[in-house]
Amino acid sequence: MDFNLSKEQLLVQKMYREFAENEVKPLAQEVDEQERFPKETVEKMAKLGMMGIYFPKQYGGAGADILSYVMAVEEMSKVCGTTGVIISAHTSLCAAPIFENGTPAQKEKYLPKLCSGEWLGAFGLTEPGAGTDAQGQQTYAVLDEETNEWVLNGSKIFITNAGYADVFIIIAVTGTVVDKRGRKSKEISAFIVERTDSGFSVGNHEKKMGIRGSSTCELIMEDCRIPKDRLLGVKGKGFALAMKTLDGGRIGIAAQALGIAEGALEETIAYVKERKQFGRSIAQFQNTQFELAEMKARIDAAKYLVYAAAQKKQAVMNGAKVSYSVDAAEAKLIASRTASDVTCRCLQLFGGYGYTRDYPMERMMRDAKITEIYEGTSEVQMMVISGALLR
Amino acid sequence: MKAIVCVKQVPDTSGKVAVKADGTLDRASMATITNPDDLSAVEAALQLKDATGCEVVVVTMGPPPAEGMLRELLARGADRAVLVSGREFGGSDTFATSQILAAAINKIGVDADDVVFCGRQAIDGDTAQVGPQIAEKLNLPQVTYVADIQKDGNTLICKRMLEDGYMMVKVQTPCLLTCIKELNTPRYMSVGGIFECYSKPMEVFDYEALKNDPLIEVDTIGLLGSPTNVFKSFTPPQKGAGMMLKSDAPAAELVGILAKKHLI
Repeated sequence: MDFNLSKEQLLVQKMYREFAENEVKPLAQEVDEQERFPKETVEKMAKLGMMGIYFPKQYGGAGADILSYVMAVEEMSKVCGTTGVIISAHTSLCAAPIFENGTPAQKEKYLPKLCSGEWLGAFGLTEPGAGTDAQGQQTYAVLDEETNEWVLNGSKIFITNAGYADVFIIIAVTGTVVDKRGRKSKEISAFIVERTDSGFSVGNHEKKMGIRGSSTCELIMEDCRIPKDRLLGVKGKGFALAMKTLDGGRIGIAAQALGIAEGALEETIAYVKERKQFGRSIAQFQNTQFELAEMKARIDAAKYLVYAAAQKKQAVMNGAKVSYSVDAAEAKLIASRTASDVTCRCLQLFGGYGYTRDYPMERMMRDAKITEIYEGTSEVQMMVISGALLR
Repeated sequence: MKAIVCVKQVPDTSGKVAVKADGTLDRASMATITNPDDLSAVEAALQLKDATGCEVVVVTMGPPPAEGMLRELLARGADRAVLVSGREFGGSDTFATSQILAAAINKIGVDADDVVFCGRQAIDGDTAQVGPQIAEKLNLPQVTYVADIQKDGNTLICKRMLEDGYMMVKVQTPCLLTCIKELNTPRYMSVGGIFECYSKPMEVFDYEALKNDPLIEVDTIGLLGSPTNVFKSFTPPQKGAGMMLKSDAPAAELVGILAKKHLI
């Protein structure tokens, strides 16, 4: 497949592959088994500019492009799904909304430290009672006029990177709006919260099925006081900000899913050439060949969607007035389903060995599943796509 | 202050090796990499840059596609690159190569506080001759097999590895060091470096650019200037599978087999 990658994109891809092979792959099994956040890998990635790939140099970014970022998530996820999502959540869900919605002062304060990797970023939208129904927010932010501070109360769950993050984008209710027909709804806004803010704490660490090295925790805000200027974007436009942020995030998760599927196929191709049954390698059986063929075709189809969504977001970054919402939803829907399907079929080709933890396939299968769930389930992606069709 | 690094693009010997009918390597059909020892030399120069802010210049002699390798070294952090390339230089052995590279380094210019870095040897020729020859031709002091460098003003204290030990050698700049892989761990290209590397300066030195250097004569460069004659190159036949001795007395069995073959 030829995506007309630029000279620079071909070189970053080469660097990512060397880095993934030498620095990420050797840790993947340990990170999973011990549920250990790979802090040392994040530090190494930070040195190479991988924590701020597509942000301008002016803000400490590497000055690259969206596809170069997507390829970073893809290449890391080929060998370790945990490492892939650390970059994705940090970049798409924290640095990106600050870059796209922040005031000049907010950008100056947060982006250089996020891009250099000195600070890690996270995003808090989901609550115990507000998953797909994201408007059912129960976290409230009230402005204390005397101190000029926002006071936040509530909790968030399933927050990626939470245990190690320094900066959080928090979505909260700031009031009630009444539409023309007199119907009331919540007014939602976005805030930048720092780990050290008073009243803010990180709670339970989730024990998960996959991406076990990723730090997924609860966030608790008890009279959490933050300066007034930490409001991100316009008051009352927080829901739209969150949805737009997730459009970008979904391209990252789609890239993670794509990478997991590609990594599983690579492992399987090597395995079926080695594994002998009935006196020959199992690669010589037509069942194996057809399985590989169909998986490759599905992966390539997913790759087209993921790269196309990345290119469309790039066009928006370059000033085009288009939406990549549907493109991102399609990419995530197809790539995540491909990842689950491919890892499952790869494990079948590995047979009993695939079911053991000595081989990476069961880990890849567990890692794949989350891509159908977080940053919008597959069902949410279908709501986005069909919503646009029937508008 | 400058660090000038000589690098070579070599066939990736972990891939397949192809030999042409005339006995020379079929380089076009083989994947290429930057010679591993040369990456240690580049890293040593970049560390010097990190410590002192000096300029790092990478130099290679090779065909035009060697530009790709130089761009990768610029992406690691080198400041500018020189590609020494010309038909007149083709077929050079180590003597002629060092003649040409020395002339190129002369053209770049060696100042009092400059250091020239080379890798110990290239994985294709394995001669370890080019670095020392360049030093001789430039009249620079040299330290070979360097595994550690301490800088103290214009003095470098180098750990020079030997087969059964090491020497500590003190040397004044300007000087030439040949580096071994134990010296450091080469860094990766950075994303920012990659997106800058195509706008960093890259000069090409052809025959015209170097011909006025006294080192460059018709009979000191290229095939004509190369005293080495390659008698024959070939791909060695693969060794057959070994034989496992599984009897209770394998030593006796082995002696029996060797005796049968009249080897003992």
